Amino acid sequence: MTELAATDPLPKPKRDIAPILLPVALAVVTIPLIGSPSTWLTLTAASLAMGMMIFIMASGLTLVFGLMDVLNFGHGAFIAVGAYVATLVLAPFAASVQADSLWVNLAVLAPAALLSMAVSGALGLIVERVLILPVYGQHLKQILMTTGGLIVAEQTLYALWGPQIIPTPLPTSLRGSFIIGDVAIAKYRVLATLIGLAVFIAIQLVLNRTKLGLLIRAGVENREMVEALGYRIRRLFLGVFMTGSALAGLGGVMWALYREQVHASMSDDLTVLIFIVVIIGGLGSIGGCFIGAILVAMVANYGGFLVPKLALVSNILLMVAILMWRPRGLYAVTSR
Amino acid sequence: MTDLLKLSGVHTHIGRYHILQGIDLSVAQGQTTMLLGRNGAGKTTTLRTIMGLWQASRGEISLAGERIESRTTPDIARLGVGYVPESMAVFSDLTVKENLVLAARDGPLDDSQLEWIFGFFPALRRFWLSRAGSLSGGQKQMLSIARAIIEPRKLLLIDEPTKGLAPAIVVALIECLKEIKRKGATILLVEQNFFAARELGDNVLVMDNGTIVHRGDMAALASDVPLQERLLGLSLETHQ
Amino acid sequence: MMILSGDPPKSRVLTLVLIVIILALAATPFLFPGAKALNVAAKICVFAALVASYDLLLGYTGSVSFAHTMFYGIGSYAIAIALYGMGPNWAAIATGIVAGLPLAALLALAIGLFSLRVAAIFFAMITLAVASAFQVLASQLSWLTGGEDGRSFQLPELLRPGTILISKSLFGFEVNGRILTYYLVFATSAVMILALLRVVNSPFGRVLQAIRENRFRAEALGFRTVFHLTYANCLAALVAAGAGILNALWLRYAGPDTSLSFSIMLDILLMVVIGGMGTIYGAIIGAAIFILAQNYLQSLMGVASKAASEAGLPLLPGLLHPDRWLLWLGLLFIASVYFFPTGVVGRLRNAGAKKAGGVSH
Repeated sequence: MTELAATDPLPKPKRDIAPILLPVALAVVTIPLIGSPSTWLTLTAASLAMGMMIFIMASGLTLVFGLMDVLNFGHGAFIAVGAYVATLVLAPFAASVQADSLWVNLAVLAPAALLSMAVSGALGLIVERVLILPVYGQHLKQILMTTGGLIVAEQTLYALWGPQIIPTPLPTSLRGSFIIGDVAIAKYRVLATLIGLAVFIAIQLVLNRTKLGLLIRAGVENREMVEALGYRIRRLFLGVFMTGSALAGLGGVMWALYREQVHASMSDDLTVLIFIVVIIGGLGSIGGCFIGAILVAMVANYGGFLVPKLALVSNILLMVAILMWRPRGLYAVTSR
Repeated sequence: MTDLLKLSGVHTHIGRYHILQGIDLSVAQGQTTMLLGRNGAGKTTTLRTIMGLWQASRGEISLAGERIESRTTPDIARLGVGYVPESMAVFSDLTVKENLVLAARDGPLDDSQLEWIFGFFPALRRFWLSRAGSLSGGQKQMLSIARAIIEPRKLLLIDEPTKGLAPAIVVALIECLKEIKRKGATILLVEQNFFAARELGDNVLVMDNGTIVHRGDMAALASDVPLQERLLGLSLETHQ
Repeated sequence: MMILSGDPPKSRVLTLVLIVIILALAATPFLFPGAKALNVAAKICVFAALVASYDLLLGYTGSVSFAHTMFYGIGSYAIAIALYGMGPNWAAIATGIVAGLPLAALLALAIGLFSLRVAAIFFAMITLAVASAFQVLASQLSWLTGGEDGRSFQLPELLRPGTILISKSLFGFEVNGRILTYYLVFATSAVMILALLRVVNSPFGRVLQAIRENRFRAEALGFRTVFHLTYANCLAALVAAGAGILNALWLRYAGPDTSLSFSIMLDILLMVVIGGMGTIYGAIIGAAIFILAQNYLQSLMGVASKAASEAGLPLLPGLLHPDRWLLWLGLLFIASVYFFPTGVVGRLRNAGAKKAGGVSH
């Protein structure tokens, strides 16, 4: 028997770290530009919190893209639905929200978030079966169907809740800031960052340590081969779609509390942000999505502080710059 | 000798193109059947149609007596068909180990099976925890084949395993496939490399324009230069 | 046939419907008195051209762009800003055209070239992002665009309602500047649609369709798909900006709601799908059906909503409220894509082909 690999050089493990360095570099470069270290720290904390929330909302979308090549233009609807559903719990228990006890607050917040995730996930099931399955494999129709779905969802929210903005005040114990020296970091931002990190770590663990995760990663890369190994990928996809929808719902709740208001059109602006994040990160890449979300949030926060006028188009500029560098996003996972 | 796989009158359309135009073939249990033919003859489409990756528009496909032409790809795979596509399709983002863990659908990796595979694919042991994407072309091909045989399969569909590989590696790969054959595998093997075909094949099918134009004994074809020239447009001598 | 570029409607019913629509539009000032009818007719003309230009992209190249209202808006704003800044004269109109059209084409070129460098699947998302940024930009640059209020302006003397061109005593009806403006809109839209028909039936149009069917094959055949797609983008943007110019001229106003908002984009999508993608004629049908429904059904919804609330029915009054127009539109949209993907034109043509015993290919 010949030793087949005798002449082959030992392959070196290659880790592509340039994208990871990008937000770090951005943070470092802005220190002298912003001048005041305490302002910089506050802005950085804000970026992280915003980035984590966007990541939570975008993570499902990028997996759905990557895994099944489905363009879901209605992903934003899950965000708005999540936010509205949370008000169903938060409004009647306003007293508990206002109570000055972390545990009492969490006792309302947690069920609100869980209910939102459940409803968004269930809506995901319906959307996948009704809007996506019939036009499976046809990009054009997917875009049209899911865009239609987004309109219907938004308008239904208007019809059910009315056109007015619904206030969602932060629970009392999450108001205010942690003061360290002359740096003030809002408590809620810390919480949002922690939840975002937890979601990221959980997704990474599932993707890297479980067979289910292996299947998802393999499916992102080559769906056909996963099927040829005997796995029914449609079911897997439905599961991922529902999870992604539920996460979007969670993101919607967090965003509602961050902005302290809910509005059906909140999904419109967020949809654009999420698309940019997913494009920047590379379709199907959770790591890319994570970095992309932080980058978008950093550009929004630093940019908003340094050149407020530019803040409007800064995300577009970021997207253009990154795609010029890497035309398929930071991490190109799929072969498509 | 029983037929494990049987196709009769199979047509496949891809978009507007009529690729397979009535394929009749059978693969005998325990034998290696070579599927030869020039580029575009429909060899890959035949394998993909058997695997359910393209839907046959007409005709019957049966595996061990069971009709499979309208089954889905996962179901066909679960009936015991291993598939090694032309592109190898290793999951490059996953490690060698993870690729094999996924391929072993029914449970944890079987150590004795693994040792057997390592016996002729030692590189897989060496790069056990490396990303499959970092392997060389030959190593990827080994991994792709290993995925197909990590669990016992009734039938292996292998698409041009020697394509693009250096001659020395081709020779080694042929030895490995012979070893798999010795274990009693039934194989339908698409091959352009006539040398490999002669070494491995028991039976041979030659395709042209979406139909089978010749079927017979591999050894007979290998010794019949005029027939080779007529069927394949080249002879064994010139191609060696 | 020459004028239709050898691409007739290919269905007797369709031909009839088109003739009725076009005659009705041509005769609206005399057949249907009142400002509302004329407004509806002008809007149908403008949107028929706008939707036809979108069909060049969606139907003939298969790419979904969400930036089409941006080009429409550029045309609208260019003419509005010029007339607002330079006063109501013909030089201002010329300036608006000379500034607006090239700007739209250049922006389309930039988006096209950029999108072509990146993965094709990104196109729809990139156009959405660019369009939303442009929308924000337009509302922020209020010194130029008038912000959320937009820009109102006066038209040159000749085009004003007060200008009587033919007095009532002559033929029994009056032809004034407003009606002249209407015919300007009507004729320009017609010319743009006929030009698009010419484009899609030219060898260039056939290449576009080949690219839509199979981009790799088209490339293998030696077509420079990058060039063709970018060119199609620019053409579509030019016509969209042209439609925007007509829209602003008709309304004597340009603002975010009438020329830039995302809901216009949805309207366009819906009209293309209802009318029939990849037919150009579908644009005329889609625009006519949609805008008639929008103007007359919406008020009907109000009546129904009121009746439902008086009858004490739950939920229905909210769902039927005229503000929920978009909800029904969205449902209609999904249903059309699902059940009716070839649109009215496709249906009529198929029915015609079946009756004639022909095979529809």
